[in-house]
Amino acid sequence: MVSIKNLHKKFGSQKVLDGLELEIKEKGIIAILGPNGSGKTTLIKSILGMVIPDKGTNKIDGKDIKNRWDYRQQLDYLPQIANFPGNLKVIELITMIKDLRGLPARDKELIDFFKIEHFLDKKLTKLSGGMKQKVNLVLCFMFDSPLIILDEPTSGLDPVSLLRLRKFIQQEKENGKTILITSHIMDFVEDVADRIIFLLEGKIYFDGTVNELKESTQEPDFEHAIAKLLTKEDV
Amino acid sequence: MLFLNNDLNTAVITLMNVIIMLVPLIGTIFGVMYYYNSREFTELLLAQPVKRSSIFLGQYFGVAISLSISLVLGLGIPFAAYGLFKSPAIWDFVMLLVTGLFLTLIFSALAFNIALSNENKIKGFGYAILLWLFLAVIYDGLFLLSLVYFQEYPLDKFSLVATMFNPIDLSRILILLKLDISALLSYTGAVFKQFFGTSFGSIASISMLVLWVVLPLLRIAYVVRKKDF
Repeated sequence: MVSIKNLHKKFGSQKVLDGLELEIKEKGIIAILGPNGSGKTTLIKSILGMVIPDKGTNKIDGKDIKNRWDYRQQLDYLPQIANFPGNLKVIELITMIKDLRGLPARDKELIDFFKIEHFLDKKLTKLSGGMKQKVNLVLCFMFDSPLIILDEPTSGLDPVSLLRLRKFIQQEKENGKTILITSHIMDFVEDVADRIIFLLEGKIYFDGTVNELKESTQEPDFEHAIAKLLTKEDV
Repeated sequence: MLFLNNDLNTAVITLMNVIIMLVPLIGTIFGVMYYYNSREFTELLLAQPVKRSSIFLGQYFGVAISLSISLVLGLGIPFAAYGLFKSPAIWDFVMLLVTGLFLTLIFSALAFNIALSNENKIKGFGYAILLWLFLAVIYDGLFLLSLVYFQEYPLDKFSLVATMFNPIDLSRILILLKLDISALLSYTGAVFKQFFGTSFGSIASISMLVLWVVLPLLRIAYVVRKKDF
């Protein structure tokens, strides 16, 4: 589905991605982990075409995405920080995105699922962080696309909504979708991820399942295993 | 003002002075402000299946066209009410409107360019205002200084070219010539009349104005293709 070869990106003098190679063929949930500033968001944004890489190719479904936009019809994205135009009402925003895509959307079902119907008529500036994140989730999951990219989906959510989100992501996985997730909440990742990709300094430092990670670091606990990955680099 | 002057021609001249200064300023400020204010919106749209150039050119035309409409309506309604259509000054007035429209398109495009190249809002605003100040005031000053400094040399070619490179000056000359008061334009007036008065001159100056719109637009399309968000 996604095939990335030799991806380089610099922001000024700061190297963010340094010859990254990534191949995603399978369905299921793939977690992208890494310390702050390791290039997770940049990687995601280059898949989306929002960041233009300096070097390397980025293919989705076998086609190079450079200077193309139509492939985003098959892709859903949840941004890390929900920046919405504040002068719109929630319902107006949802309708607008629906118009833009022109695809059948399951917004009613999702509005129900994330329990946002009571603030549909509010302006987006009036919403709290968690409420915005829920709107963000609804917008993202509205169009049944085969590839979903979630950048920190858990940020700002209360425990009840978090449980709901987990359930929903599992459900989407069973529907045969490919889901890319970045998150800092380790037990969430351990719970849902089929494959872990660990980024460090713009390269993939580890690629495998949760169990493989535990074996290779000889740590029974996932969180400690990740920590060990990080500290091993320092030695 | 119309009633004070009791003459459409004088009203056109007075308005020209206002329009030539204010329209670029409004275009610049609105262009920059709109770009920075809709950044969140842009980010949202970029993740959707929409072409990049259509997002930004759409935003540009949204600003430029609404400014143009307000200019046409704001100027047109009072003049029409005063009986413009029966007056011989109608073509002078049309010229005023056309240059005003061009100035709106040019300066909002320039403002978008500045905003695209500057992430920092304050810097972007600063540069945009500086650009306006330069083209509206400083350019003329430099132009005059150079005329005085080099007055022993033949300057007609130079002043023609220098006028062409500033859309504000170009618009002013076009309106003044249309009003047939080029006698006011000091010693190069005759040269200007000779050049801009001919059909070649008007075509050249109009195409120069078109160029002033097209080049910044092309740069917007180019920059947008390479930019990271």
